[in-house]
Amino acid sequence: MFASLTTRTFALATLCAAAMLPLSAANAQQATEIQITYDGAFQPNELRAPAGKPITVKVKNNTAKAMEFESKTLKVEKVIPSKGEAVVNVRAQKAGRYEFFDEFNEKARGTLVVE
Amino acid sequence: MLAALIIVFREVFEAGLIIGIVLAVTRSVKRRNRWIAGGVLAGVLGACVVAAFAGALSQLFEGMGQELFNAAILGVAVVMLTWHNVWMARHGKEMAGELRAVGQAVAEGSKSLLALAVVVGVAVLREGSEVALFLYGVAASDGGSAMSLLVGGLLGLVLGGAVCLFTYFGLLRIPPRALFTTTTVLITLLAAGMAAQAVSFLERANWLTALDTVVWDTSWLLSEDSILGRTLHTLIGYTDQPTGMQLVIYAAVVLVTIALMRLVGSEPPRHAVAAG
Repeated sequence: MFASLTTRTFALATLCAAAMLPLSAANAQQATEIQITYDGAFQPNELRAPAGKPITVKVKNNTAKAMEFESKTLKVEKVIPSKGEAVVNVRAQKAGRYEFFDEFNEKARGTLVVE
Repeated sequence: MLAALIIVFREVFEAGLIIGIVLAVTRSVKRRNRWIAGGVLAGVLGACVVAAFAGALSQLFEGMGQELFNAAILGVAVVMLTWHNVWMARHGKEMAGELRAVGQAVAEGSKSLLALAVVVGVAVLREGSEVALFLYGVAASDGGSAMSLLVGGLLGLVLGGAVCLFTYFGLLRIPPRALFTTTTVLITLLAAGMAAQAVSFLERANWLTALDTVVWDTSWLLSEDSILGRTLHTLIGYTDQPTGMQLVIYAAVVLVTIALMRLVGSEPPRHAVAAG
């Protein structure tokens, strides 16, 4: 019985692993790249990107503390260590204004304008 | 201080809910406190390690280390939860009826406890590493505000503990007969929700781009950031903008769990045991 259970668990694990294989179509669409820095506030704090195309935001954290780049509406959330840099992938968006902020310091805010 | 309290509370909220559920699921299992405490402790230690190496971690996989790490540990939790459900489908009735030889029940019960301890550890690890990073940043900054932020952070932790107890005692109010069904459903949806979350991390890492368009948007009805939205997000994987792949994986986990439980539960038991 245990053997069969183990087999099933294994089968399940394989299934889960299979689901995790990169099925990516190699980012067929070219993403819009935006670079911003953070030193207690975002520089710049208003970004622009075209609608309907994926966006990659490169965030450089110049402070001595970790920060978390987050946007509820863009569904992104990423911890960036002190003096570190991170790439945040944003999927293609409809036109509109999307707010982002540092979750560890919510006074630091910015807007991504998709048009 | 309030800001720190809110930040820490938001992070430990999910772990609190999950630990509360696990405590309720294992209410009648001997030595469960040791296992769960071990899971929490391992999670806290792991969180500190992850926080310490956050820089190195995010550099992995072309900058997508965090996303893939999160997806991987969520995947582990999904497997453990499903395994627990399948195990309970086979042994739950016997254990509830206390008809099983004690020694064997303890030996086999530990296997299920280990799975749940891993789930607890993973929940604490995920949420804890952000708390550790935040509190480290607070401690590193000078000035009188650090102390008040630290107090706020600790209060946030205490509130997270309160969520855990609230969930636990809330679930215990359910009559024992219905509790087993309730927790089975809860664990299944918890696992499905975590699998959908793992998908969202893989999508953010651009590792999974099939079916990655948003199918519907219910943020006007219930935002994922409201308290109710957050609770449902943890419990049943509520997302206000699910992608096609998230829905597919969610349904797949539920269906696979039901199928496995049926399959294992319908096997004739090894011991002639009257239904509990």
